[in-house]
Amino acid sequence: MDSNIPHTLPRKSATFDDYTLSEIRRAAQTGIYDIRGAGAKRKLPHFDDLLFLGASMSRYPLEGYREKCGTNVVLGTRFAKKPIELKIPITIAGMSFGSLSANAKEALGRGASAAGTSTTTGDGGMTPEERGQSKHLVYQYLPSRYGMNPDDLRKADAIEVVIGQGAKPGGGGMLLGQKISDRVAAMRCLPKGIDQRSACRHPDWTGPDDLEIKIQELREITNWEKPIYIKVGGARPYYDVALAVKAGADVVVVDGMQGGTAATQEVFIEHVGQPTLACIRPAVKALQELGMHRKVQLIVSGGIRNGADVAKALALGADAVAIGTAALVALGDNDPAYEEEYRALGTTAGAYDDWHEGKDPAGITTQDPALMQRLDPVKAGRRLYNYLKVMTLEAQTIARANGKSHVHNLEPEDLVALTIEAAAMAQVPLAGTSWIPGKQPF
Amino acid sequence: MSTQGLSELDLQKAGVRGINQTLQGLAKNTNQRHWLVRNPMGQHAIAVGLDAPLHVEVHGHVGFYCGGMNKESEIIIHGHAGVGVAENMMSGLVWVKGNASESAGATGNGGLLVIDGDASSRCGISMKGIDIVVGGSVGHMSAFMAQRGNLVVCGDAGEALGDSIYEARLYVKGKAHGLGADCIEKEMRAEHLEDLAKLLERAKRKERPQDFRRYGSARKLYNFDVDHADAY
Repeated sequence: MDSNIPHTLPRKSATFDDYTLSEIRRAAQTGIYDIRGAGAKRKLPHFDDLLFLGASMSRYPLEGYREKCGTNVVLGTRFAKKPIELKIPITIAGMSFGSLSANAKEALGRGASAAGTSTTTGDGGMTPEERGQSKHLVYQYLPSRYGMNPDDLRKADAIEVVIGQGAKPGGGGMLLGQKISDRVAAMRCLPKGIDQRSACRHPDWTGPDDLEIKIQELREITNWEKPIYIKVGGARPYYDVALAVKAGADVVVVDGMQGGTAATQEVFIEHVGQPTLACIRPAVKALQELGMHRKVQLIVSGGIRNGADVAKALALGADAVAIGTAALVALGDNDPAYEEEYRALGTTAGAYDDWHEGKDPAGITTQDPALMQRLDPVKAGRRLYNYLKVMTLEAQTIARANGKSHVHNLEPEDLVALTIEAAAMAQVPLAGTSWIPGKQPF
Repeated sequence: MSTQGLSELDLQKAGVRGINQTLQGLAKNTNQRHWLVRNPMGQHAIAVGLDAPLHVEVHGHVGFYCGGMNKESEIIIHGHAGVGVAENMMSGLVWVKGNASESAGATGNGGLLVIDGDASSRCGISMKGIDIVVGGSVGHMSAFMAQRGNLVVCGDAGEALGDSIYEARLYVKGKAHGLGADCIEKEMRAEHLEDLAKLLERAKRKERPQDFRRYGSARKLYNFDVDHADAY
């Protein structure tokens, strides 16, 4: 090689980047698609692309430490005899016992209850630990009906009929055999150690007309007391929300693609469904057109991380948000304290997502008794409580700065977008302009 | 049939809510156990969520989910039943004297569902311990992902019987028009003949156990293997 001739630097393909190459090699070696937990990891238009304007000459701010800013929310005011009143508009999303340890479920219940909010069961039924520790418990009604029984249904404070979730709209679930302990197997009426597939469609109804009848049955069994939520993944939020209202929902939950899952195909997580930001306005529009905004409550989930995200979701028209991944991090998931163990698993703190393998060093996404013991449900519950309080204080700070005496008074007019994409999705003006893409010409 | 000694409820007057409130409100030790529901008019969610050893006779056709999530009660339907009859039943008995629509006994955990006539598609879907005896035939995809319990079909079974089946046992006297993924015919051993005889007797059927074939899981899809992916 002639050192006098200039050489170009080695150049890696933007299309075939290192991650893509590693995935091709992994697929070729194993013959199975990559399964992982969590939600979409790709960069997406999100709440970070929105800013609040704050108060100035034409808006009066509220005094930060003296003037009240309400955060309560009532869910289920449409039909339920016993709506749920929460102190804060941040709920804990559905996560199953089976994918999570019993200690983790207990910790979620403890933290949520202390903060005055609800937690939610998942695919696998209700455990005494979470019922006992959850003041407000939402019981998921899923296609698999694992663990479903009328006694637990009546013990619930609300029922969430799950049509889909943001990580995999149109997909069922999978709990791999290594996480099927004796207790999990017994709750799901299946042998120990086998892969447990959860169906993607409900076994006894198809479409919104049938769902209306199914909801009637659930209400009849529970004396019309419980609020009934319908949860959809971020697929076609305008139509899905309209149909959920038609089917008789008290509350609609819309989960964007950043919303986590216990386990599914990577290709599904990253390539099916819409970002949370793109789902909110169509959902709100459907409710407004039906005259049901604030009458049927809207819960938004998928990538909510802090009080600013909460405030932005509410400003766009949600009544509350739900958190899943962030709640697990608050409990201790992906904590750098376990870095050595994450490395032994071939990953690093912050990137660990092989939740389906049941080897979680933090003792959260596991059924291994020794690992589970690492999570103290009292201490972890306290961490979740602290985090929920901080998020609430942050949302209040923003609301007061925008002159609002309740977080629900935040509105789209308080927001601008930093990118054209976010402006189009959130239907708020691009910062420094009055331009809302899709609404009027630039 | 005689209706002497039965307390009567007229759905036309009481509505579905009134019927369910009355039946659900009875104490487990009530001596008012025998009930007759008139004019069901194909309404949905009749006699759901019962939780006491009642005997309920429904005279007429019922809509979706009659007897849903039943515990302990005996519910006799003198007519046809809509979608999801006895769905998620925990215990007790639901007996359809006519035909049943789709997803009969779906996800049932226990108890006995008898359908004297035919059942439509997805009979026993995701069943988790319920016993189902169908006097006639069942439609396609019956016992899909069936986990536990017994499905007895005295007539024929439609396409893809027992698709992705787990540990449930299927007995078919007539023809099975195709088996679903991972469902195979299995040897009928003495223990199965004995179980089947008991089920037929409970359903007051005259068929002989030795005339049935047994189907169940090949258990090849229990843990994912790329070489079995084409089986789905």
